[in-house]
Amino acid sequence: MNLNRVQHSVSSGVVALIGLWVCWVSFTQQPSEAFLFPRMISTVFVLLALWTFAKAVLGWSKVGTGIYAKHFTNMLPGLLIALIYVFWAAKGLGFYTSTSMAFFILLSLYDPASHTEIRTWVKRLIITAVFMVVMYGLFAKLLKVYTPREIFF
Amino acid sequence: MEFIYYFENVFQPMSFLLLLVGTIGGLILGATPGLSPTMAVALLIPFTFHLEAAQGLILLGAAYTSTVAGGAVSAILLKIPGAPANIATTLDGHTMAKKGKGARALQLSFLASAVGGVFGVLLLIFLTPVLAKWALAFGPSHLFWLAIIGVTIIGSLDSASVVKGLLSGCIGLWLATIGFDDIMGAQRFIFHPALGGGINIIAALIGLFAIPQVLSMFAEGRKDANVEVIEVEKSSLANAIRELFSHTRALSIGTVTGSVIGLIPGVGGQIAGLVAYDQSRKFSPEREKFGTGHSEGVIAAESANNAMVGPSLVPLLTLSIPGSPTAAVLLGGLLIHGIFPGTDLFDNHPDVAWTFINSMLIGQILMCMFGLYIAGLAARVAQVPKSIMAAIVLGLAVFGSYSVQSSMGDVYVMATLGIMMYFLERFGFSAAPLVLGLILGPIAEANFIQGSMIANATDGMGAYFLGGNMNIFLIAIVVASIGYSVGMELRERTRNSTAGEAS
Repeated sequence: MNLNRVQHSVSSGVVALIGLWVCWVSFTQQPSEAFLFPRMISTVFVLLALWTFAKAVLGWSKVGTGIYAKHFTNMLPGLLIALIYVFWAAKGLGFYTSTSMAFFILLSLYDPASHTEIRTWVKRLIITAVFMVVMYGLFAKLLKVYTPREIFF
Repeated sequence: MEFIYYFENVFQPMSFLLLLVGTIGGLILGATPGLSPTMAVALLIPFTFHLEAAQGLILLGAAYTSTVAGGAVSAILLKIPGAPANIATTLDGHTMAKKGKGARALQLSFLASAVGGVFGVLLLIFLTPVLAKWALAFGPSHLFWLAIIGVTIIGSLDSASVVKGLLSGCIGLWLATIGFDDIMGAQRFIFHPALGGGINIIAALIGLFAIPQVLSMFAEGRKDANVEVIEVEKSSLANAIRELFSHTRALSIGTVTGSVIGLIPGVGGQIAGLVAYDQSRKFSPEREKFGTGHSEGVIAAESANNAMVGPSLVPLLTLSIPGSPTAAVLLGGLLIHGIFPGTDLFDNHPDVAWTFINSMLIGQILMCMFGLYIAGLAARVAQVPKSIMAAIVLGLAVFGSYSVQSSMGDVYVMATLGIMMYFLERFGFSAAPLVLGLILGPIAEANFIQGSMIANATDGMGAYFLGGNMNIFLIAIVVASIGYSVGMELRERTRNSTAGEAS
C-alpha cells in the first residue's frame, strides 16, 4: 500500500468513525423526537462515509493530493504556534499580548528575508507594531470589543 | 420599481462610507493572490455584526463585487489570478501587459466588469421580486427540499468528487444539529462546553474559509513572493471606452453568459469567465488573435465574471439557496441579523433588501472608478510576502470570531473547524458544501419537523414529502444535479484513463 493510499484510508476512516458515532448517538439518545432529523442525516452520512472509506482502502480514491512530507514539516511550526496562541495564550496572556507575540514569531519564522541582518528584524518589529495598533483601533476603540485581561496591563 | 425609493439610503454618510471602504478594500484584497473573495467576505462578517443589517450587507456586497474585479489586477500584471473567476483574464490580459498595454488591459477589464456587473444587478433587481412572490406558495415540504437542493447542488457541482462533496454537506448538516434542540430542549452532540450554544455560524465561516488558507501559506515555507510586476504606463481612458464599445460582440457574449451562469446555483465565476472567453473566441472573426494579447479576451472574461455576481444572489435572496460559496457567506450575514431570505426579506425588510441591491449597483460604478486608479497600488500589495498575509489573517480570524459574542468558545470552534478543514481539503473534501449544510441545516430541520407534524395529521410522511408536483420537481433537481455530476466525473475518469493508455 503506497503512502497516498494509506493517507486516504486514514482520513476517510476517521470521517467514517465520526459518522458511525453520530449515527449511534442519533439512534440511541432520547427523546427520539429531538433526534429525528439527526437520524436521517446520519444515515446518509454513514453510508457515504463508508463508501468513501471502502474506495480509499481499495485504492480508488483519486481526488485530493494528500499531505506531502515537505509541506507538513513546513507547516508544523506555524500550526503549533497557532495552536498555542488560540488554545492557551489568547486567554492566558491576553489577546493583544499574545497576538503581538504570535504575529512576530510567525512573521520571523516564515519571512524569506534575511535572519542575520538587524534591519530586517527592525522591519518585522515595525510591521508587528503597526498591525497591533490597527487591531487595537479597530476592535477596542471602534467596535468596543472587551477582550480577556492582559497579563502586562 | 420599488427599488428606486431606497436609493437615498445608499447615499447616507455611513452607508456610503462603508460602500467606499468595501469597494477599495475589496479591490486590494481581490488583487492579492491567495486571499479568495469568499475568505475576504467571511473575515468582514464580524464587523457587520456591529452594524445595522443594511449597512452590514452594503459592506459585504461591495467587498464581494470588487474582490472579483480586483482579481483581474494580479491576473493582468502578475499572471496570477486573484481569484478563480479571473483565470480566463490571464490568457490575454497578461500578454497585453507584456506588450506594454497593461494600462489598457486594466481599463478594459474594469470597464467591462462595470458593464457586466450593472447588467447582472439589473437582472437581480427585476427577477428577485417575481421569484420571491412565487416562493410565497411554498410550504414546509418545499422549503425542506429547497434547503436540501442548496446542499446537494453545491456538494455535487462545486466539488471534484460528488461523494466527497455530498459527504461534506452531510458533515455540515450534522454540525448544524449540535447544541440544544429548539423544540424538545434536548442536548444534542454537546461533547465540549464550548458547544453548548451550538456552532456559531460566523466563527465557523471564518474558520472554514480563513484557517485552511493560513495553513496552506505556512505549508509553502519561506517562499519569496518573487513575482515581477509589470509597470503600468499612462493610457487614455476615452480611447479605452471607445475600444470597449468597438467590441460589443465580446461584451454582449460575456455579459449574457455571465448572467445566465450566475443564475445557476453552484456554477461559479471561474466557469462564467472561461465559457464567455471560449464563446467569444468561437464567434470572433479574429479568433486566431485570442491568447496573443487580444482585448476581446479580456472584455469577455471580465464582463462575464462580474455579470455573474448579481444573478448569483437571485436564488439566495428568493429561495435561500446560495449560488456560490460567497453567496453562502452573505446568507450568514443576513441570518445573524435575524433576517431570512425570500418573502420575509422583501415583505418585512424591504429597506434592507433594496438598499443592499441598490448599493451593489452603485458599487459597480465605484469599483470601476477606483479600480482604474488604484490598480498599480493593488499590484504592489499583491507582492506582500505570504508570511505577513498568514499572520494578519490568523490575527483577524481570532479577533473576528471572538468579537461576535465575546466568547472564547467561538475562537476554539473557529480554530478546530479550520484545522479540520485544511486536512479534509487535502483529501478532496470541500468547504463550500460543508458551510451550506451548516447554514441551511436549521432551515431544513425546522421545515422537516413542521412538515412531519402536518404529515402526521394528514396523509402521512410519504405523501406529504414526496407527493405533489412541486415536491417532485424539487426532488428531480436534486437527482439531476447529482446524476449530472456523477456523469461528468465518470466521463473525466474515462478520458483520463484513455489519455493514460495513449501515452
